[in-house]
Amino acid sequence: MKRRDLLLASAGLLLFWQVIAKVVNQPILPPPDRVLITLWNETITGNLSGHFFASLSRVAASTLLAIFTAAPAGLALGQFKRLNAFFSPIIYILYPVPKVVFVPVVLLFLGIGDLSKIVVIYLILFFQILVLVRDQAANLHPELIRSVRSLGAGRLALFRFVFLPASIPGILTALRQSVGTAVAVLYIAELFATQQGLGYYIYLNGNTLFNYPAMYAGVIAMSILGLGLYFTVDGLERLLCPWQVKNRSTSG
Amino acid sequence: MIEIDSITFGYQPALPIFENFSWQVQRGEAWAVIGPSGCGKSTLLSLIAGLLRPQQGSIRVDGQPLTRPRPQTGLIIQDYGLLPWATVRENARLGLRVRNFYGPDGVHAPADYQRTLDVEPWLERLGLLPFAGQYPAQLSGGQRQRTAIARTLALNPDVMLMDEPFSSLDAPTREGLQRLTLELWQEGGLTLILVTHAIEEAALLGQKILLLNQPPNRTAQIIENPLNLQPGYRETDAYRALCRHLRERLEGV
Repeated sequence: MKRRDLLLASAGLLLFWQVIAKVVNQPILPPPDRVLITLWNETITGNLSGHFFASLSRVAASTLLAIFTAAPAGLALGQFKRLNAFFSPIIYILYPVPKVVFVPVVLLFLGIGDLSKIVVIYLILFFQILVLVRDQAANLHPELIRSVRSLGAGRLALFRFVFLPASIPGILTALRQSVGTAVAVLYIAELFATQQGLGYYIYLNGNTLFNYPAMYAGVIAMSILGLGLYFTVDGLERLLCPWQVKNRSTSG
Repeated sequence: MIEIDSITFGYQPALPIFENFSWQVQRGEAWAVIGPSGCGKSTLLSLIAGLLRPQQGSIRVDGQPLTRPRPQTGLIIQDYGLLPWATVRENARLGLRVRNFYGPDGVHAPADYQRTLDVEPWLERLGLLPFAGQYPAQLSGGQRQRTAIARTLALNPDVMLMDEPFSSLDAPTREGLQRLTLELWQEGGLTLILVTHAIEEAALLGQKILLLNQPPNRTAQIIENPLNLQPGYRETDAYRALCRHLRERLEGV
């Protein structure tokens, strides 16, 4: 995606918003310039940045936790057929269950602290990474392994030169697919029993304080969080998996 | 160089592919191994590569009993075995990287191994320099197999095992790589064992030809082919006669 096109698209969306706000002309839809000013003030003088970093750190913690548990599990499932045969019906049942419905359950068991929110997002990312890394590892032909072993590679070298690099694209694809859901669920999770995080901030300003410009500023901050995460994953993919980006561009 | 002494091997013990089978390969020889599918051609290579162990009997390579893959043996396979996420240059370096990873331990790398990542001479020799920065998916089959050969030769092997290396290539590419293989072998030092199901390829590349049957294989059937290096061999009566002979033997199985 070209940077210029992205800027043009953003400008177009802001313009659209401006027009609709003019037409509606109600306090529940303030125009973008007012919201952006509020966003600026809330970030500088208010506590919006604090809420932003609370949300960001929750997503980051869940993501790291998910990568370090799901990727090894996915590699193991992909390489050991019997293990996969045992677990795959379980994964098959659990994978499509919308993890967001577990929010109240996790809150009951893990309390109202950060841990419960991290675990809810972790559940979403875990299955996504697990399934994609598993499929990627299963795609490593026995012939490929055979030829790398013939070069003298033992278990450690196989892991370092084959399995580790093979799992990175699966992880990044999984993150790209689920980062949006993760932020959405973060919002839900932050509605419950917390005073930190963008979900709380949006809800507080929208439904308690009726400070609509601040509510919209929170929505924009949450969008920036989601977009930022998405762009980070995209950038990492360019950096770590240039062959995929190249193959994608050559195949159209 | 390779001494296979009364080995027995089967993926299922009740169905041995080799039974009390013996075969010797001298240093510097070029062998073709041919036989119908399921005869155990690839299994034989995996055994010599140290990727499989016989249930009975022993295999010695260069005088040493074989218990695991040996750093001086190279294996080339039909679908190239390249890492999709690495460029041609990085794929060619893979064997060296594995050696650098372990260091000269005498197990994964020869004890006198000097650390290096230099594959440029091999990329040049195999005509790969223009593609060195590309990924396998961007290459033709012939270029991919050249990359796999460069990767193996960079390790300076004394035994090169090739498992149907040219089967998925088109005819001109295949002939080019067959010529290259003969050249590399003639440049010296290599003991070559090439498994193929193509009679013509066996006759062109094998100074000696090992014929395998439907399992179990008990004796090594050997056909001498001393003329294969003569220029224009492909056009001679001797070549045609050998192909006919091989075909009859294979059909008689």
